[in-house]
Amino acid sequence: MLTNLHSQKKPQLGIGLILGILFGFFLQKGGVTNYDVIISQLLFNDFTVVKIMLTAMLTGMIGVHILRSLGFAELHPKPGSFGMSAIGGLIFGVGFGTLGYCPGTVMGAVGEGNLDALFGGVAGILIGAAVFAALYPKLEKGVLLKGAFGTMTFPEVFKVNPWILVAPVSIMVIVLLFWIEKSGF
Amino acid sequence: MDILMLERWSPYTVGIGIGAIVILGFLFSDKTLGCSTAFARTSGMIEKIFKGSRVKEKSYYKKFAPVVDWEWMLVLGVVIGAFLSSLLSGEFSLHFNPAKWEETFGSGIPLRFMVALIGGVLLGFGSRWAGGCTSGHGITGTMQLAVSSWIASICFFIGGIVTAVIIFKAF
Repeated sequence: MLTNLHSQKKPQLGIGLILGILFGFFLQKGGVTNYDVIISQLLFNDFTVVKIMLTAMLTGMIGVHILRSLGFAELHPKPGSFGMSAIGGLIFGVGFGTLGYCPGTVMGAVGEGNLDALFGGVAGILIGAAVFAALYPKLEKGVLLKGAFGTMTFPEVFKVNPWILVAPVSIMVIVLLFWIEKSGF
Repeated sequence: MDILMLERWSPYTVGIGIGAIVILGFLFSDKTLGCSTAFARTSGMIEKIFKGSRVKEKSYYKKFAPVVDWEWMLVLGVVIGAFLSSLLSGEFSLHFNPAKWEETFGSGIPLRFMVALIGGVLLGFGSRWAGGCTSGHGITGTMQLAVSSWIASICFFIGGIVTAVIIFKAF
């Protein structure tokens, strides 16, 4: 691990900015900073969003697990529970379908000149996050703990070497992508 | 350089590029690429303007301090990157209503503004509830094979599909 680089605060902010610029550039070139493309995915008329997400996930999964096996990276899975991940995920989903952008693509949409993304989307997300922060002390000890499973990963659940799952998941993703292409999407 | 001026790249090129960006985040920064935490930090910064340092005592802002960090810079970068990309391809244009929205619901700004604002509030609230968004859970979390991220990502799309179908088919 490049622990020396990781601990340098200012260079890290610079790396964050550069990776963000690249991320925004790729999102825009992929068309997913566009409301029409995202909504068409949710209506099953266009599979650009799923193609990009699955390809990114596949590339990243293989790369990150190689880095991890070589000792160059550590995984940081997010903690979760059914109350947190499922209910939060559904609320997010309703917002996703209503706004037509997500927190990353909404920023790209702003960069592209979409004023609904700025005055509606970004403003709304900031309000929503503040409301959550206000309610957090109550939620923290209640619903967010229901069915907690912590930072568990599937290799830990099945007690196997991660590669035992990375390989079949990769094949499944590739088969799914071929099938989507073959179906004409 | 012509390639930078194209309007669209193949979704597979884009996917590989985004995957590579996530890998570089792990390698150079020991960070998981995500976007929604930056919004929570920004909300804290805005609250701080009105309420002063009392904000720091809120338990949520103790967990996610209202400061500029790696992810905050990343999210700022997304605006710049998308701006550059759309400028190079000539796609950049200031407008309020998306085309598909206008086709179905007309060109009035107040309706789209209200719907986008409500959607944004739910998105901000839901992403903090689930602890991540389409980037942090949907891409970076699923690639780590995290249980939380797979459940959240499936729910993102269930909620999104049902909502989009209701909005576009029922109204």
